[in-house]
Amino acid sequence: MPDPRLSLRGVTKSFGEVQVLRGIDMDIAPGEMVCLIGASGSGKSTLLRCMNGLEPVDDGAVLLDGVDIAEPGFDLGPIRQRIGIVFQSFNLFPHMTAYDNVALAPRRVLGEDARARIEALFARFGLADHMAKYPDQLSGGQQQRVAVIRALAMRPQTMLLDEITSALDPELVGEVLDVLRQLRDDGMTMVLATHEMAFAREVADRVVFMDQGVVAEEGTPERIFSAPARDRTRQFLASVLR
Amino acid sequence: MTRRAAYEARQKRRANMIAGVSTAIVLALVVLLVPLAPGWEAVRSSFFNGEVFVRVFPDLLRAFVLDVAIFAWSVPLIFALGLAIALARGNTNPALFPLRIFGAVYVDLFRGIPVVLLVYLVGFGIPGLGLPRPWNSPYIWGTVALVLTYSAYVAEVLRSGIESIHASQRNAAICLGLSERDTMRYVILPQAIRRVVPANMNMLVALQKDVALLSFIGPVEILRQAGIFKSLLANFTPYVAAAVIFLCITVPATRYADYLMNRDRDARS
Repeated sequence: MPDPRLSLRGVTKSFGEVQVLRGIDMDIAPGEMVCLIGASGSGKSTLLRCMNGLEPVDDGAVLLDGVDIAEPGFDLGPIRQRIGIVFQSFNLFPHMTAYDNVALAPRRVLGEDARARIEALFARFGLADHMAKYPDQLSGGQQQRVAVIRALAMRPQTMLLDEITSALDPELVGEVLDVLRQLRDDGMTMVLATHEMAFAREVADRVVFMDQGVVAEEGTPERIFSAPARDRTRQFLASVLR
Repeated sequence: MTRRAAYEARQKRRANMIAGVSTAIVLALVVLLVPLAPGWEAVRSSFFNGEVFVRVFPDLLRAFVLDVAIFAWSVPLIFALGLAIALARGNTNPALFPLRIFGAVYVDLFRGIPVVLLVYLVGFGIPGLGLPRPWNSPYIWGTVALVLTYSAYVAEVLRSGIESIHASQRNAAICLGLSERDTMRYVILPQAIRRVVPANMNMLVALQKDVALLSFIGPVEILRQAGIFKSLLANFTPYVAAAVIFLCITVPATRYADYLMNRDRDARS
């Protein structure tokens, strides 16, 4: 295995009395696509948020290209440009057009007027006609694609995707998953928390099943979905694959 | 027309008729009963004298231009200072803690003092230091009193607006690598300011009325001009005329603020 892009070592995180992550170890290789599955509350979202420092971890290390970004007091600003994150609830800026949503960070952080590059991204993901629209004029699927473009415009090396299709009407899920297929074909490193089991099975290099704040089981999608080793994994898959 | 629409039209006609009749009855009672009061003739000639009204109205209107001018130069100062205080109160930088304390004290102090009292204290007190012209002008210190009071209110309104923006907006901005400062400037503040426009409109209506308080320290604006006419003509009609002039501005402005507030509520529901 090449040097991992992102490594977690013994990561723990509590909210008050509730320990959400109980010691996570994980290595993510460059270009790998990892799908996190597990019940709500199993710690998938929190784990993603710890990977880019949005939630500070209590203990353990988060190594990005070998640098521990979980060091208390570490300046996360430059790191966050290298890790894009997309949320379940889109979180577009409602007072800006789709284009301005995307262009703000490149302009302010990279000092770059990236118009040509941004227009190319909109065109690539089928939104060339929607750049001048405001978020509330777009469908959920379109908004989520804009959110992905917004993250991509910072040219991240890694993308974290937090149940990005969970808030969408079923008929809009496909268009967002298509975007992820394209990113995967580009060789983007991705960590995806998802309830879309069929999609995880199709595209993931590795599936990680989380349960009560630990990695309960991991492996290739074929193995996890066809021959799960642990009872807990079997139960979970039986409940979601009904 | 559907059955439902016909029913609703019938209901509406009925409601309009009842409202019309009850309004007519109330108006008739007022018109018939008020003149029966023993002092009505005296009140009518000293408050509702048509001749006096026509004579003083143009001069009062000219004096009101001064009210509008004071209002106009106060507003940008109020919003600039209000914004600065709101941001000072919201900062979390330990080095700027004194600024935060200052913001809190400022708001407590100037929201807690009646405007008229502040107009007196600042308007008479500071020129009393013996400042040379033009620094002893009541226009300056009257404006300062209004700005101190209203910027404290505006700061609180803005702060509530800033706090009403969901944390996910800030998270999204921070995760893109934006600095705290850019996050506030480009993401939080534009949304917060838009959200509190109706509340600030109400504030502006109140300010336009409170400009008249400056009459107590000298400027011959509409209230003082009306007082001069009252003494000159021994008649209170100039005050009524002044009230009419204020209403011409404040009623449309209040209605507009209500409209904005309803639109905002409808948009969010």
